[in-house]
Amino acid sequence: MENNAFYVALSLLLNFDAALFQIVALSLQISLLAVLVAAVLGFPLGAAVALWRFPGRGGLIVVLNALMGLPPVVAGLIVYLSLSRAGPLGEWGLLFTPGAMVIAQVLLVLPILAALSRQKVEELLGEYREQFVSLGMSRSRMVPTLLWDARFALLTILLAGFGRASAEVGAVMMVGGNIEGVTRVMTTSIVLETGKGNLPLALGLGVVLLSLIMLVNACAYWVGEMTRRRTG
Amino acid sequence: MTAFNASLLASSALCPPPALSFDDVVFSHEDKVLLGPCSFTLKSAGPSMVMGPNGAGKSLLLRLAHGLLTPTQGQVSWSGEGRPRQAMVFQQPVLLRRSAVANLIHALAVNKVPRKSRAKLAFDALDRFGLSACSHTPARVLSGGEQQRLALARAWVLSPNVLFLDEPTSALDPAAIKAVEAAVREFHQRGTRIVMTTHDLHQARRLAGDVIFLSGGKIREHTPSDTFFDKPVSREAQAFIAGELVE
Amino acid sequence: MKKTLNLLLAGVTSIGLAFSAYAEDHITLASTTSTENSGLFSSILPKFEDATGIDVRVVAVGTGQAFEIARRGDADSLLVHDTAGEQRFVEDGYASERADVMYNDFVLIGPAGDPANISKAKTAEEAFAAIAKAEAPFASRGDDSGTNRAELRLWANAGVEPDGDWYRELGSGMGPTLNTAAAMDAYVMSDRATWVAFGNRQNLTLLFEGDKVLFNQYGSLLLSEDKHPHLKHDLALKWHNWLISEEGQQAIADFKVDGQQLFFPNAK
Repeated sequence: MENNAFYVALSLLLNFDAALFQIVALSLQISLLAVLVAAVLGFPLGAAVALWRFPGRGGLIVVLNALMGLPPVVAGLIVYLSLSRAGPLGEWGLLFTPGAMVIAQVLLVLPILAALSRQKVEELLGEYREQFVSLGMSRSRMVPTLLWDARFALLTILLAGFGRASAEVGAVMMVGGNIEGVTRVMTTSIVLETGKGNLPLALGLGVVLLSLIMLVNACAYWVGEMTRRRTG
Repeated sequence: MTAFNASLLASSALCPPPALSFDDVVFSHEDKVLLGPCSFTLKSAGPSMVMGPNGAGKSLLLRLAHGLLTPTQGQVSWSGEGRPRQAMVFQQPVLLRRSAVANLIHALAVNKVPRKSRAKLAFDALDRFGLSACSHTPARVLSGGEQQRLALARAWVLSPNVLFLDEPTSALDPAAIKAVEAAVREFHQRGTRIVMTTHDLHQARRLAGDVIFLSGGKIREHTPSDTFFDKPVSREAQAFIAGELVE
Repeated sequence: MKKTLNLLLAGVTSIGLAFSAYAEDHITLASTTSTENSGLFSSILPKFEDATGIDVRVVAVGTGQAFEIARRGDADSLLVHDTAGEQRFVEDGYASERADVMYNDFVLIGPAGDPANISKAKTAEEAFAAIAKAEAPFASRGDDSGTNRAELRLWANAGVEPDGDWYRELGSGMGPTLNTAAAMDAYVMSDRATWVAFGNRQNLTLLFEGDKVLFNQYGSLLLSEDKHPHLKHDLALKWHNWLISEEGQQAIADFKVDGQQLFFPNAK
């Protein structure tokens, strides 16, 4: 019985294990903050690429699309080398802190948000363009209108970004260091417990992580449906 | 009514609507001339109906006049100072994915109408176009007729000096067509210059002050509506009115 | 809208606060997975914190990576197990001082059937030679860790160039390597601490132990103030001195798993 991952997951949750809850809370904080920052930067970037024509635009789109597949360890390595004392941003002293993990996840999520929102906004723009020009809107005035009208698609894109952020381990392991009580999150705990050969516990943590992601998705779906019903 | 809107109304009612001039305008795509060269001036009160068979260049002419397209050669110009306030209603209304009233408020916001007066102007316009009951309905679930009326209401709140309509009733049922035509008359009475394309002769007879007749990308005649319907000058217009197939 | 914005702002601020709440005295210690995974740190760090109020944050990686972290100035202190490498680190000027802290030992693990018959071997040399001769599957860390370096020295002692299908370099930590070895019934060399605490043994069992050459010495390094003046050298010094003090040595000896002592203090 105690070798069953679902049993382990359930007892972990029911026992309100303080260490587990701290890990869950930190995972959520880091990934949500990373997605928030990535959205604030990535959505306007996606909209801008959709709206403006400039030299190198095609190249930028290819790069953004390609970066959606950026391996997390590579993102981790880049952030590690930048934040390391010997690196250009070493002065910040951020390595092995949650802040470094947020930065690494932003790097992973930003291309997804920018590339997918670019696609969606461009699609919408095709439909709206004449009306916008007729209304005398400048390109920069079109950005908020397009982003708002693409909100349901953007919510889904946001969830894809959150999924990537909360599921990856390579980057946060490298820049966070998996320090107990400081930078240990769900995924790095799973790696650690697997390393210790505690496979049922590792899988149990996996079940908890999955439930968490499902919960976030359910909330987003619910919010989406509510607003969709109200404003179409 | 806010002072802002009142002053706009006053200005459009007192002054004659601005005159539109095409001066040897040509529009071509990939070396193929699609429209022109054409020259004309819209000075009379209108409403001006742009007529002609399919592919004659009616929509092109409207888009060039409205500034959605730039002429390959020649010039589009307006009398008076600067570019007059203008709006356009499309065959397929382009509505934002928001409620009916939010669509109007967005248009007002884009036109820098003070935030405080937006809601009142929007609701007044919805009321005027018989849309009060669905002001909070998502615009895209409205019926075709309601959507077109919403597009007209959006044009209304902008108090344009010029209103372009591109086949606004071609996808509507008779009741909805009647509502749109009533709205066009209301705009006209407010002093807005109306430039509208239609392929419906009866509609043109009901609305037109003057007619621009196009075929094959060229203006065949531009005459007051009485003249056009009773004694058309060009062979193409004669054939068109007689119900023949015109190229 | 304003409400949402306020809520958002409050959320961001609270996260920011949570992140900066670690302002108390702390040092970052680069160390090995064996010490972390066995539970040694969970046992001794609270005692050190009680005594000094200093929080030690452990980044547990392979010895090779631990050296790299220290070389770049990203850790305040270093506790690893590769004496030769540690001495070179001091000679290269990255550390000012090295001290023996404790040892544990390596053990040879393999499938219960013991196809290479290493349980009969008298020395580690014989055991390694027997595995090579039988070409029995052997899972190597292959990650330039202290354990990996020790394993390569032992092959060399046995006069074997490990090569061929039976020798599998995994490039993984100790735990994952044990997991893989369990799945493919391979021999594997592990530090005793990780093995004793390891939960997924399946068919694996301890087959050879006790040869002196299998001793695994841990050393603590004081990092160079010249190379990295920004590090918390004063706190790191306290930690270093505590490890080799009577109190620290006792804490290490007191750490047991299933009643078994895993690390043996031997500071001079």
